[in-house]
Amino acid sequence: MIEAFIFYLFASLTVASATTVVTVRNPIHAALFLVLTFFTSAVIWMTLEAEFLAIILVLVYVGAVMVLFLFVVMMLDINIARMREGFVQYLPLGIGVALVMLALMLSVVTGDIFSSEAMLEPIPKAADYSNTKALGGVLYTEYVFAFEIAAVILLVAIVAAISLTMRKRPKTKYQSPPDQIKVRKADRLRIVKMRSSNFEP
Amino acid sequence: MSEFFHSTFQFLPEPVQYTVYTLLKVVVILVPLFVVVAYYTYAERKVIGYMQMRRGPNRVGPLGLLQPFADMFKLMFKEIIIPTNSNRYLFIIAPVITFAPSMAAWAVIPFNDTLVFSDINAGLLYILAMTSVGVYGVIIAGWASNSKYALLGAMRSAAQIVAYEIAMGFALVGVLMAAGSLNLGEIVGGQRGGLSNWYFIWLFPLFMVFLISGVAETNRAPFDVAEGESEIVAGFHVEYSGMTFAVFFLAEYANMILIAMLTSLLFFGGWLSPVPGLIGDSIGWLFAKTSVFMFLFLWFRATFPRYRYDQIMRLGWKVLLPVTILWLVVEGVLVYFKIGPWSG
Amino acid sequence: MFEKIQYYLKSFLFLELLKGMYVTGRYFFRRKITVQYPEEKTPISPRFRGLHALRRYANGEERCIACKLCEAVCPALAITIESEQRADGTRRTTLYDIDLFKCIYCGFCEDACPVDAIVETNIFEYHFENRGENIMTKEKLLEIGDRYEAQLAADRSVDAPYR
Repeated sequence: MIEAFIFYLFASLTVASATTVVTVRNPIHAALFLVLTFFTSAVIWMTLEAEFLAIILVLVYVGAVMVLFLFVVMMLDINIARMREGFVQYLPLGIGVALVMLALMLSVVTGDIFSSEAMLEPIPKAADYSNTKALGGVLYTEYVFAFEIAAVILLVAIVAAISLTMRKRPKTKYQSPPDQIKVRKADRLRIVKMRSSNFEP
Repeated sequence: MSEFFHSTFQFLPEPVQYTVYTLLKVVVILVPLFVVVAYYTYAERKVIGYMQMRRGPNRVGPLGLLQPFADMFKLMFKEIIIPTNSNRYLFIIAPVITFAPSMAAWAVIPFNDTLVFSDINAGLLYILAMTSVGVYGVIIAGWASNSKYALLGAMRSAAQIVAYEIAMGFALVGVLMAAGSLNLGEIVGGQRGGLSNWYFIWLFPLFMVFLISGVAETNRAPFDVAEGESEIVAGFHVEYSGMTFAVFFLAEYANMILIAMLTSLLFFGGWLSPVPGLIGDSIGWLFAKTSVFMFLFLWFRATFPRYRYDQIMRLGWKVLLPVTILWLVVEGVLVYFKIGPWSG
Repeated sequence: MFEKIQYYLKSFLFLELLKGMYVTGRYFFRRKITVQYPEEKTPISPRFRGLHALRRYANGEERCIACKLCEAVCPALAITIESEQRADGTRRTTLYDIDLFKCIYCGFCEDACPVDAIVETNIFEYHFENRGENIMTKEKLLEIGDRYEAQLAADRSVDAPYR
């Protein structure tokens, strides 16, 4: 009973906030509603006893990805009027894409793979069952090859993204903290011994 | 304890019993926490005063011991000023968003073998997730204030917290490797057997990285560029007054205590005694160790000048991160050859 | 090579940070030098420049002769003087106002005065509760002078050799 209540509460919250993400005008509000969506879906995962995935969702998507997202959105100066200029012009195309996606999703959800017969209710595990350990075990034995390849692809993506965005502007002056730290008193300062008075009569 | 409670309140239906019992446990953890936070602000002013040859607050009550209450009442009765053109709703909700995760993280902290609010398997991850959510309050506060200082402070703080969280996470990976568990109670259990088995000896670089990034995560001196009063007035909370400001303050200090307690749990054996033969394990050890790290936070603030922003970023990405990865490799080798107190 | 190792050792052992913490840690136990103000006070120099006063001669006659040198020398234009001739032919002030909000306590009025009439006392703890109280009138100044005459005379005699 209580599980069903929690599920419906958070499922409706997820759907509501996900809808708000695309309908709300202010991009910052949209980003914050996306954060809420992540949170509520994490709760739903938690009810499925996938606590590792739920926490990782909060940790990675909420804690890191969305922070950077917000960071960028806050820096942008978005002109809403100009963004809406071509709205009517692209409307037919947009509706077409949306319909295709709807059809795809319907075919998947109503198909055999995601039907409620195929997706059995998870068997409740004992309290000391750690699905972190179970997940790690499967990842590093059965799927180790796919896992490592995914890691390498991500690394390549990171390197590519950084090398694409790194621009060295020749005229910009940079400070080099390591060089600044290495400086010692002896490098900069010379103490000269002098007589207190040079004008002796 | 639990049985006693359930037998005395048998007349209530079971869900109500459960809710009341849980709320009671929350109160038992949070009320002492608030008191400690209040007196931590007092201790901070006193300790820093002493290090600067001053006396610190000593007017309100004997030795100034009632100072935290005076501050609290002052802040409670001050007006909450909402700047023009600010986002009202987000402006008010931002301190709450900072405050809630810093309290929620305490849910998985074990104080003893048995004394823990919620003994979950992924405790360490949960704490990391909660501390990373806290940054939203700072960002939203900075943006909703409609002030350039606040926005700059929020930007600085967001970049800094994301950067140091990675180093902190990697340091915790070392602890996880050593203990073979994400459960905080089991991590402490892995350090059983006296001082020589505490992880700070075997994971000393990781311990230092954790401590440094813990100071950075809580936006404390010398990493307090998010407030940086010399260049951006007070950073993200420049527009906050009264109770809203107090809530930010409360969250910051609760986070400091949390980091201090985590350090003692993860690297200093929590409630374990350093010489198990002579003195037994007790919760007193945990509090003693935590107080040492809490004192260190204040000592740092009294000693070090504030970092320059680019140097903070350099330290996080170019120094702490390589050090942790290097030590993880070393630890892997040690674990493979079974040198040290590793379990599992 | 050796220097590089030395550099890394130095920075990773936090030697400089520990040195800094040692200094603050030592000061933690030092004697505190705070003056507990209302109970304890620091000694005050006889040359201290605080609240103003107008002095009198021993026979009760006010010293001020309305020469207006202080009004002229005052850099903050805080002093306003009006004068009249008395029946006995001497000139005295009818109005002697000092606006304490304008006054910068430079002490030039005291230096300029040929008869030591306007002086600055060592009173520094005073406050105003109503608008207009910042204007020190002649009556108020004379009253302060009467009340603190002993202190004023003592301070001036101590400082006399250097004048």
